[in-house]
Amino acid sequence: MVAFLHQVFSGLAMGAVYASLALALVVIYQATHHVNFAQGEMAMFSTYIAWDLIDRGVPYWEAFLLTIAISFLIGMVIERVVIRPFERAPALTVVIVFIGLLVIFNSLAGWRYSYTIKSFESPFPDEPWFGNSFMSSHESGTVVVTLAMLALVYIFFRFTKLGLAMRAAALNPTSSRLVGIRVGWMLAIGWGLAAAIGAIAGMMAAPIVYLDPNMMGGILLFSLAGALLGGIDNPWGAVLGGFIVGVLENVAGAYLVGTEIKLSVALIIIVGVLVAKPSGLFGRRIAARV
Amino acid sequence: MAGASQRLTARPAGVQAGASVRMWHRLGIAAALAGAAVLPFAVSGYRVYQFSQVLIYAMALLGLNLLTGYNGQISLGHGAFFAIGGYTTAILVVKLGVPYWATIPVAGIVCFVAGFLFGFPALRLGGIYLALATFALALATPQLLKFKAVDEWTGGVQGLLLSKPKAPFGLPLTRDQWLYFVCLACTALLFWAAANLVRGRIGRAMVAIREHPVAAEAMGIDIAFYKTMTFGVSALYTGIAGALSGMVAGVVAPDSFGFFLSLSFLVGIVVGGLASIWGVIAGALFIELVPIYADQIADLLGESAKALPWAIYGVLLIGLMYMMPTGAAGAVRAVVRRLGRLTAGSKSG
Amino acid sequence: MAPILEARGLTAAYGPIQVLHGLDIRVEDGGVTALLGANGAGKTTVLRALCAMVRRGGAASFRGRSLNGQATEDIVRLGIAHVPDGRGTFAALTVNENLRLGAYARRDRAAVKADSARVCGYFPRLAERRQQQAGTLSGGEQQMLAIARALMLRPKLLLLDEPSFGLAPLAVADIFGILRKINRDDGVSMLIVEQNANLALDLADHACVIETGRMAMSGPAAVVRDNEAVRRAYLSY
Repeated sequence: MVAFLHQVFSGLAMGAVYASLALALVVIYQATHHVNFAQGEMAMFSTYIAWDLIDRGVPYWEAFLLTIAISFLIGMVIERVVIRPFERAPALTVVIVFIGLLVIFNSLAGWRYSYTIKSFESPFPDEPWFGNSFMSSHESGTVVVTLAMLALVYIFFRFTKLGLAMRAAALNPTSSRLVGIRVGWMLAIGWGLAAAIGAIAGMMAAPIVYLDPNMMGGILLFSLAGALLGGIDNPWGAVLGGFIVGVLENVAGAYLVGTEIKLSVALIIIVGVLVAKPSGLFGRRIAARV
Repeated sequence: MAGASQRLTARPAGVQAGASVRMWHRLGIAAALAGAAVLPFAVSGYRVYQFSQVLIYAMALLGLNLLTGYNGQISLGHGAFFAIGGYTTAILVVKLGVPYWATIPVAGIVCFVAGFLFGFPALRLGGIYLALATFALALATPQLLKFKAVDEWTGGVQGLLLSKPKAPFGLPLTRDQWLYFVCLACTALLFWAAANLVRGRIGRAMVAIREHPVAAEAMGIDIAFYKTMTFGVSALYTGIAGALSGMVAGVVAPDSFGFFLSLSFLVGIVVGGLASIWGVIAGALFIELVPIYADQIADLLGESAKALPWAIYGVLLIGLMYMMPTGAAGAVRAVVRRLGRLTAGSKSG
Repeated sequence: MAPILEARGLTAAYGPIQVLHGLDIRVEDGGVTALLGANGAGKTTVLRALCAMVRRGGAASFRGRSLNGQATEDIVRLGIAHVPDGRGTFAALTVNENLRLGAYARRDRAAVKADSARVCGYFPRLAERRQQQAGTLSGGEQQMLAIARALMLRPKLLLLDEPSFGLAPLAVADIFGILRKINRDDGVSMLIVEQNANLALDLADHACVIETGRMAMSGPAAVVRDNEAVRRAYLSY
């Protein structure tokens, strides 16, 4: 039983990472109905920025905040420069642009920082907190940081004028323009926000999975699975889905099969759930337009 | 209203243009085949191998385009069927001693069954959900191929080595040249079949399902049947391509069938043009040759840019999408339409 | 009196299909202009063209400033509020959030608060439902919300697209009463598109009748109302 709980709790840490990236995917999906396949690679690149800053002697938490700010700007610039010309392009064309971005970020990281695996420090102490024997301090720290980020995002969308305008722009761009909202900029800010959230996910994941340009492939997949499991039209469902996937992955890896093919097994389970419940566990069924 | 009447008056010119277009079309195919037939004698051995790869990609892309372009089912995981085709051939040749030419149809059938079966869960998963399921398939494929329980058959991480077949009947061809002609024959056959398929009743049903599933159902089209069959046929095409790829490369290994291969296929059909038979050749040339050119460009940029070819590839890809958002086929169609309007204008004026 | 809005030779097109073929439209400062015509005449398109929501040509100016080349959101910020057909409320947001969005372009927080109270005074039904999702309101309430949201901009000019559409007669009378009050008390000018010509002509001081994108007649509301031929041909009552 204790061993099982251990698996569940340490699954929560990776679950927090999936939840963050799932939220980043949903922020962009709700505004544009595109899944940004480059989100994981953008997060990976942000993590390298943090590594670089720390390597230059910047203290961890300053590097952490600086990385979030830089990532926000990168996200905004990408939307304005790369994505914006494709506003009216067919959906698959946009997917290909995302693939292009994915390849570019992966390649730039390999070029600047090499493909060798780096270790990434955790800001949390070595011994677990409060004698918690189920989670290491990095694992509990990851969950705490993620929950704090989620609370901030919630407050932003719920209580600020800009957050309200962003929700409005995603729901109904035409009406938003009619109340004076600059919808294009809302999209750019959404991209910035997603990139910033992804940066947090990357920095929290890196001490667990180590830092290398390909670290985010599997993480993106599980985040997308979490988002779809929870319902891609519902940010909080997506977050919950991310946590569920994290736990599921860990438990499946420990009890059902070895770590060798746990990816495949977890995926089969997720796809199975989606086949049974296509709109996700907490998603609204979107009525097909006739 | 005004637009509709313009279109009506424009129709007779369009019909005439259609007849001449069809003639040009046939001539074009004949010329392309003739060119393809002399090609292996005009270029070096490595180039022959490369062009075999282009033909193989063209077949795989054609399969994916039937599914995604014509039928509207997205797949980020066609690399899996490519892998199944390749491994079917390799296992049959290496482990069971089956003659290589006989493994091609077997690989096709195995993939047809696999695709058909995958088509059932796909029926329940629309759009982005199907993208996830196929994305998962693509990521899981190398893992499953390396799985310990099957490595007696799959050769584990190393994969399986095949020796390239010699040209039969004492034909004066190198092995690469002979394989090139095998690929060319398969390509011609599969293109001919696909062109007929999409032109007929089945093709119209496939497109109707993509465009308007509710109306298609109301017209009596059995959506589940067409979708699963399309998945099967699509996998068959890609599987045959995979089988030939195993022969041409002389090796099948798990890591050559990773996620990136599946992404390349998707890139290929969009670059070539969705729902276009001939566009996939442009797509195949792109995914085979552009990475190589990107490599050369990176070399030109000097020592510091050595690790950058994929960044250059990404930039080229995005730039191309910007210039031709509907792919090569879409761009050609736009040019033809403009030329047609010009000639029609000069006739009436 | 100077016009608050003046359009000359206004044209508009959806793709290759031209819908407006050069219209001259004026709204006097503090006045109400009614835009009348059969279905498909291009009335809604006039409002969209003024707000740069369709490809347009010709010249338009608002309080002496040219609207040419301006984006929708900039035109709104000049003080033109558009209540679109189909109302354009944010169905998934609450009534309160819809109202807050109406004042999005404004910076004067205190005045926005006061306006919120004032607008809720016009529409007490909305005040009771401030925390309710807009999508759950009745048709009449949604129309009220759309107008209330537009008023939150504190506009100089209100563009109204069929405010009576799909509403019960009582609700229609209600809304037109409030519009008259807003025009009289707050001096908000209006350009109103209506199927119900009687209602619109009662409110308006000026009227334009358009037919397939061309001006068929324009003049003082009373003149248009009394013109037998126009009434029979275009207004069908």
